[in-house]
Amino acid sequence: IYAGDHYGQTFQRGPGGFRENYRKKMHLTSNSARFICLTEMKSSTSTTKRLFNTSHTTVDSKEMKKFQLLAHTWWDEHGVYSALHSLNDIRVPFIRDTLLNISSDHHLGSPLSGVKILDVGCGGGLLSEPLGRLGASVTGIDPLEDNIKIAEQHKSFDPVLVKGVQYKSCSLEEIAEEATETFDVIIASEVVEHMVDLETFIKYCYQVLKPEGSLFITTINKTQLSYILGIVVAERIMGIVPEGTHDWEKFISPEELECLLESNGFLVKTVNGMSYNPLWGLWSWTENTSINYAMHAMKCRVQEQSSSKEPPSETHEEQHTAEASGNTTVGGMIIGKQ
Amino acid sequence: VYDVVVSGGGMVGSAMAAALGHDVHFREKKILLLEAGPRKATDCLPESYSNRVSSISLGSATLLSSFGAWDHVCSLRFKPFHRMQVWDACSEAMIIFDKNNLEDMGYIVENDVIMAALTKQLDAVSDRVEVLYRSRAVGYTWPFPCHTSDTSPWVKIDLADGRRLETKLLIGADGQNSMVRKAAGIQNIHYQYDQSAVVATLHLSEATDNNVAWQRFLPSGPIALLPLSDTASSLVWSTSHEHASQLLNMDEESFVDTINSAFWSNLHHSDFIDTAGSVFRSAISLLMPSGTAARQLPPSIARVDPKSRAVFPLGMGHATEYVRHRVALIGDAAHRVHPLAGQGVNMGFGDIACLTHHLSTAAFDGKDLGSIKHLLQFETERQRHNLSLMAAIDLLKRLYSTSVAPFVLLRTWGLQTTNALSPVKEQIMAFASK
Repeated sequence: IYAGDHYGQTFQRGPGGFRENYRKKMHLTSNSARFICLTEMKSSTSTTKRLFNTSHTTVDSKEMKKFQLLAHTWWDEHGVYSALHSLNDIRVPFIRDTLLNISSDHHLGSPLSGVKILDVGCGGGLLSEPLGRLGASVTGIDPLEDNIKIAEQHKSFDPVLVKGVQYKSCSLEEIAEEATETFDVIIASEVVEHMVDLETFIKYCYQVLKPEGSLFITTINKTQLSYILGIVVAERIMGIVPEGTHDWEKFISPEELECLLESNGFLVKTVNGMSYNPLWGLWSWTENTSINYAMHAMKCRVQEQSSSKEPPSETHEEQHTAEASGNTTVGGMIIGKQ
Repeated sequence: VYDVVVSGGGMVGSAMAAALGHDVHFREKKILLLEAGPRKATDCLPESYSNRVSSISLGSATLLSSFGAWDHVCSLRFKPFHRMQVWDACSEAMIIFDKNNLEDMGYIVENDVIMAALTKQLDAVSDRVEVLYRSRAVGYTWPFPCHTSDTSPWVKIDLADGRRLETKLLIGADGQNSMVRKAAGIQNIHYQYDQSAVVATLHLSEATDNNVAWQRFLPSGPIALLPLSDTASSLVWSTSHEHASQLLNMDEESFVDTINSAFWSNLHHSDFIDTAGSVFRSAISLLMPSGTAARQLPPSIARVDPKSRAVFPLGMGHATEYVRHRVALIGDAAHRVHPLAGQGVNMGFGDIACLTHHLSTAAFDGKDLGSIKHLLQFETERQRHNLSLMAAIDLLKRLYSTSVAPFVLLRTWGLQTTNALSPVKEQIMAFASK
């Protein structure tokens, strides 16, 4: 019902002529999507197994199966990933402004030009594309080949993205060796909650990041509230995300994540809470990190010096991200002191 | 593939392209302006004034100066006005708009001057904004609103010369008969008024400060005298179609006489209304002794510029939607109004300011420029403003198109009250100068 309503709205707005055909076509799609949501979790098909045969991995093959069946809906702004689409409204400015604050020279009209970004778990390229439009050179990786196909096809029409964004169907560990100290920025947005071994993942991140490179993570906290809102309400009652998308056991609290990062050579700079208003479909920043949160960490120059003596992250929380404020010194100064 | 194609290189379309071309977040974007006509010369301005002029509000002047076009206007030719006097032919009622220390309320600028200024500013960003003169779109192909198939997600534009362009966002600035609007299947609610507008360039009997915009509501329609210089003014006279063609064809001397008597004659007054009006006015002056600005008399006209007389039909129209997936309408393509409030082009410039703001933010956030999300924000914001303005203009037009006593009395009292309430007037001015 939810999906159907939204399609209705889309069509009223669409240029005439195509409307009827389109409605029929999409109706089928939305039906099948719903059907999949309800049934796919129980059926374990062997066809997906061949994709995930790497032995030691951060990729969870069970997780991959459920996303494979939704791969075709990535770019439907009103579909199952609509919350991820609107998350761009805050995560793109967060990443952009944090990076602009770190580097002093920016190129007007192309603020991220020259920045090499690795988007881990890029899915259909929802975040890779906007970053590519801002001038960054983005590599999106995803273990699911179907996602990469969708992402490749979607960007192929835009010459700017063809130049600035490339996709690879692989996991982080598969490229870690060849990509040592290659990237200025790694983004793991809404992916760490789907991983098997987070610490290994962070170690690989450390490996492929340049010194003083940035790691951005957005994920879900492990609280009772996040269980109720993130799983019971969002998946089972309102259907904002397909049922079975999340496994609460894999969620992680910001404190735990921070600990994990700092013991692996990162310095956490910012932790911000994010809240989603399902009525308007809008995200906003909040002090409260009990459900969703975004974290920015930087790779320390020398690994040995990063220990438990790090300054607590709370001191940086006020670094506000929604607008480009003038606090450009935060990154540079603290790193400099070490 | 262009990022933005603007269809229609009139004042609104050119200003749209220039505003985007000068926006910092559009530095790396490719913009194209399509114009069916030839490029007009920008450097030499004819000695005589053009008969097509626009009243430019302060808000529009701010938009034009945001990308440097206003400086060119100032260096070419323009006339500020400090005061607006509007009065009724059927009674003594009048309303005066001015600012405290006679600051500029707006500017009367020839359309050719605005075009020359815009063309210069388009030339200044020719690396980002390409202008195709003498090119006409003959067909548009719209993409599916949700991109799932392997077809191109962009709007395709077929030009008359056989070329085919693609764009992420198409902005329709192609006027009241917008082809973009029709091709997108957007409904337009419109009707013709029973009036035509006669325009002409007039010369005054003697030089004055000439910094007042005058408008008198005759039962047949409003007549307005807009200052061009100390000795010249521009006429916009909305009247019945027959009267308009009479005005167009009569000899120059009787044309001038007709204009003078239209401003001065008390032929439509009735004793009853005059008495009722003056009683009401004295009641107001008792309540608010601070009083209101004194009535001024319009200058008398000596002669009309030969060949400056022209006539065009009037109507109103409004597109039910301003945006679709990858399409936005601005200016007359989205809304057309009666010239009595001098708001037509200002509404278009207001659209530009709003759309540029939303597109600039979208570009800085790395968004797909054609996405309906931010286009809808533009639509909501502008429809709220434009619809209320259009409703007010249409109401005024209808209220003043009659000489039936009750209506005359009603509007006389209404105008007198409004004139006495300066906060209300300030609100009106603030709204109209946006």
